[in-house]
Amino acid sequence: MLDDTTAPLLEVRDLRAWYAESQALQGVTFDVRPGELVTLIGRNGAGKTTTLRSIMGIVKNRKGSIRFEGNELIGRRTFQIARLGLAYCPEERGIFSSLSVRENLTLPPHLKSGGMSDEELLKAFPNLRARAGSRGTSLSGGEQQMLAIARILRNGCRFLLLDEPSEGLAPVIVKEIGAQLRRLKAQGYTILLVEQNLNFARSVADRHVVIEHGAVVDQLSNEDLAADMDRVKTYLGV
Amino acid sequence: MFDGITPQLLFGQLLIGVINGSFYAMLAMGLAIIFGLMHVVNFAHGAQYMLGAFVAWLLLSTFGVPYWGALILAPLVVAIFGIAMERLILKPIANLDHLYSLLVTYAATLVIEGLIRQQYGSTGLPYSSPLPGGVNLGFMFMPWYRLWVVVFSVVTCLATWLLIEHTKLGAYLRAANESPEVVESFGINVPRMMTLTYGFGVGLAGLSGVLAAPIYQVSPSMGSSLMITIFAVVVIGGMGSIAGAILTGYTLGIVEGLTKVFYPEAANLVIFFIMLLALIFRPSGLFSGTEKS
Ligand SMILES: Nc1ncnc2c1ncn2[C@@H]1O[C@H](COP(=O)(O)OP(=O)(O)O)[C@@H](O)[C@H]1O
Ligand SMILES: [Mg+2]
Repeated sequence: MLDDTTAPLLEVRDLRAWYAESQALQGVTFDVRPGELVTLIGRNGAGKTTTLRSIMGIVKNRKGSIRFEGNELIGRRTFQIARLGLAYCPEERGIFSSLSVRENLTLPPHLKSGGMSDEELLKAFPNLRARAGSRGTSLSGGEQQMLAIARILRNGCRFLLLDEPSEGLAPVIVKEIGAQLRRLKAQGYTILLVEQNLNFARSVADRHVVIEHGAVVDQLSNEDLAADMDRVKTYLGV
Repeated sequence: MFDGITPQLLFGQLLIGVINGSFYAMLAMGLAIIFGLMHVVNFAHGAQYMLGAFVAWLLLSTFGVPYWGALILAPLVVAIFGIAMERLILKPIANLDHLYSLLVTYAATLVIEGLIRQQYGSTGLPYSSPLPGGVNLGFMFMPWYRLWVVVFSVVTCLATWLLIEHTKLGAYLRAANESPEVVESFGINVPRMMTLTYGFGVGLAGLSGVLAAPIYQVSPSMGSSLMITIFAVVVIGGMGSIAGAILTGYTLGIVEGLTKVFYPEAANLVIFFIMLLALIFRPSGLFSGTEKS
């Protein structure tokens, strides 16, 4: 297990972000250390997606500090941030309907060494192989989510930002995604996962960061979460 | 009313229709590529087409560069001009409503045409055909140059379509068309891709202009008179649909030619009548459903 003294891979400090005039993040602060799987949990509209989009530079109007391996991300553009080694899987999954499954899978370029080859990807996600020629959006929701996670492994980025991969999927598929995430973690990937499904979050994460109204209101280890589910359930309003 | 329709008249107009259709297809394709990726309504397309013809004329009259050299050089010059335009006037307004790009490129059209008119006057300048003569097919006379234009434009349209639908580069374009943010988050420099795509679309307009120079007169207004028809083609084909733009371009050129034979009074209106019908019955365009969900 990693101890608290390991230097963080990602340091988010007092992150504030705006959509036009309206401020969505009020000052978000947290760390992710190498090899960790950390979740961002919180109600709908709390600012989880905005946090990921601000890290990636997709939300451009942002202030504070985001450091990745010591590099400041604020002021950099999205493609430059990706090239530093961050891969992002959006909430809507971003599967392209005008591209085949294979084209979707092979779209991300090799940015860093260690990216998975197309053959390795198809081996790791076998049900995509049979559908390689079909239109991306003809896949089921679960298959689309697998494809969305699989393709960002092609980049060679070792830090994954995943936005609610379990959303709207059947329990067996959520389990399968959980297994994939544990496998990726075992391979040394660092993962920042947005989740609302507490049981799923518990089954994969080391730590949890709770967001409310655009700010971090609590942080707890996975053990603490198991011991104190009620505390977290009030945050989520479930 | 069909009395007196000789094969010469029929095939003559059909050829004119295919020639016009070739220009409609190439220009509409460029517009569709630019709109699909950047959501820019490039009103300057006609002026850029005219610039292609003018650069070809200048290359010949000033530097003695023949047609075949101009066919390569002029589109490059016009593409570079387009890239400068994108950087200077389109990039700054990229986050505003699409309407602004229409206004800005319309303004650019007026400036470009005005400058050319001031420098070279409004009357058409002749550009002699690099392929004089032709062949008598029995039922009609086929000038070599017109045959060249038809073949060249079909090949250009097909090559561009293949590039976009069946290559990796095209996959980036199609994906960025759907969601530029996701593509950029993969580490791809989408802003630069947009600049180059605009340059490519504008270069296609320049190429059409060079092709047109020996057929139509080279004049400052040669593009703007065509633009309204091109917009109709793009609207009928479905904004942003490459295949739609190409097929609609050729079809409408031919329909227009045949209307001249069978009902000449309607020849200038038929395209707009079809646009009206398309807007009423299929407002997203005839081909829009085939490329996007
Ligand atoms: N594109 C947008 N434009 C304006 N406001 C937005 C946009 N996206 C999200 N918001 C607002 O920002 C806040 C945070 O949203 P979001 O980050 O999506 O929350 P979460 O992912 O935690 O559900 C919400 O109040 C939401 O309404
Ligand atoms: Mg969200």
